[in-house]
Amino acid sequence: MSVWAQLRPRAGTRGPSLEVSRGDLILRGLCLGAGGLVLAALVGLVYEIVHGAAPAFDKYGLAFLGHTTWAPNFSHFGAAAMLYGTAVTSALALLIATPLSIGIGLFLAMLAPKPVRTVVGPLVEMLAAIPSVILGFFGIIVFAPFIAGHVEKPLHDILGWTGLFGTPQQTGLSMFTASLILATMIVPIVAALSRDLFLSVPSELKDGAEALGATRWEVIRGVVIPTTLPGVFSAVMLGLGRALGEALAVSLTIGGGTVIYANLYQTGDTLAARIATEINYIVNPMHRHALYYLALILLVIGVVTNLLARLIARRYTAGRV
Amino acid sequence: VSDVDLEPIGGVAPFDPTAPLTPSGNLRRRLIVSGISQGVAGVAAAIAVAALLLVTVEVIARGAGVISWSFLTTNASQFGVGGGIGSAIIGSALIVGCGAVIAIPLGVLCAIYLAEFAGPRSHMAKLLRTALDMTQGLPTVVIGLFVFGLFSGKPSGFAGSVALSMIMLPLIARTSQEVLRTIPSSLREASDALGVDRWRSILGVILPAAMGGIATGTILAIARAAGETAPLLIVDGIYNASKTTINIFGHGVPNIPLSIYEAAESPTPDALARVWGTALVLLALILIANIAARLLLARSRRRMGL
Repeated sequence: MSVWAQLRPRAGTRGPSLEVSRGDLILRGLCLGAGGLVLAALVGLVYEIVHGAAPAFDKYGLAFLGHTTWAPNFSHFGAAAMLYGTAVTSALALLIATPLSIGIGLFLAMLAPKPVRTVVGPLVEMLAAIPSVILGFFGIIVFAPFIAGHVEKPLHDILGWTGLFGTPQQTGLSMFTASLILATMIVPIVAALSRDLFLSVPSELKDGAEALGATRWEVIRGVVIPTTLPGVFSAVMLGLGRALGEALAVSLTIGGGTVIYANLYQTGDTLAARIATEINYIVNPMHRHALYYLALILLVIGVVTNLLARLIARRYTAGRV
Repeated sequence: VSDVDLEPIGGVAPFDPTAPLTPSGNLRRRLIVSGISQGVAGVAAAIAVAALLLVTVEVIARGAGVISWSFLTTNASQFGVGGGIGSAIIGSALIVGCGAVIAIPLGVLCAIYLAEFAGPRSHMAKLLRTALDMTQGLPTVVIGLFVFGLFSGKPSGFAGSVALSMIMLPLIARTSQEVLRTIPSSLREASDALGVDRWRSILGVILPAAMGGIATGTILAIARAAGETAPLLIVDGIYNASKTTINIFGHGVPNIPLSIYEAAESPTPDALARVWGTALVLLALILIANIAARLLLARSRRRMGL
């Protein structure tokens, strides 16, 4: 049979077609099936986390969020210490990572000469490829002792009055070290995203500003940053999501404390780290439900930041078009 | 007014054509500020590169001494002292490979649906895109906990594969969809004009054209999953590393990330050296995969003339 023999008149494939081939139906069905599976997995995940957390939620209610004790053997469960640790490490990591990432994004998009750009860009993205467990191991063996020996004391001398950089500790395993490791993880993500945003600024805007005599910095501050600000914010939100959910790099370097300290040089713990380290050592059923409750908190925070990021990104693109 | 470079009134110097053209006053200040900010941006980039080099060099320096044929092929000894990581390498390959086998077809099918079948206003497509974004944004511990419940808390290598596939799938779907978007619509139109069925032109024309990009995204997703530790700790945390196993169903399977995590706080320098060696193996695999993916992408871009 020749190729021509297979030709037959067909209505446009995008419009309503009178004749749909069986192969089309099968492939379309397979694609829909795959999509349905993704949706089902997500729904199943939410259901299971909520279902697993329900007994703990019934017993402790929202007061769970405010209790500081976590003593599985006595069935005392409260998430406050982990919430605090998560909030502090994520906030500090973002505080460090955001300016750094924006700087890198600007450098790669506008400032660096092309040869430098083609080398440094992939290197920065490569930093994101380092597995968190290797960063955590590096943190525990190399980074934490360095922080304890060379950073804590000088920072304490300068910023000790804030109460955040209190008495230096021995091991360096602390919320401070964990935050720095987290910052290392989110910098490449936010930097790559913001570089793409900065590249997307129409060159007429930049050229116009330069033609009016603006210096490089004035172009950045007056044109590039304002036009991309919502996008950068949503990139930072994605970085925040990563920081909130990171478990093992944090659990290795944070020291696994259960007490809330203002001093960043003290130990702490995060929601994700606690789930990952305790789920295989459950002492009673309520312990498991409490861990699911922690996951539920994480899920809610994650969904909210994700939605916020999407909302802002969408408004941003809608405003531009 | 202050933005204009004016000499003070009364002290106007006579025009001197031989004077060097150096900015002065306000312009000078602005140029200095600009220079400083550019320097700061450069320093930021240098910090990131330094962090990458620092970790890589440290892992190579401390781990290279341990790497030997027997380290890569023998199993950990029964009581956890000494021995190699042979079983962990095989276990990781099986877990990640099986996860990829689940994730690649599903991810590519999702991408085909989004790029080829769904109309611009399709609700299903919108829903699916949101679901993929959400899945990608999920903390990996939450995925781990979900799979933990799915397998009723029983550790198994296959559970690890399922968890890793949930991490890979959105990455593969996302990049594949982007690649399918870049395929010129003239290919589709030519195929349609010849009266070829949709499914044939997708499988025979569009997918092959997009293969390079899809492969790149897939390699990156696999490299990402290979280093994931938290979900494995949750669903595959109990295993016997002294035995090589091919069957990943029903029991825990040793793997590289957990070998690093479990031994990260070892007290003896000897044991720590082996952890560095394990970390070197993992890091080398992942970085090589990343570089390969980049080269592949560059090659397929060249071939498509982009």
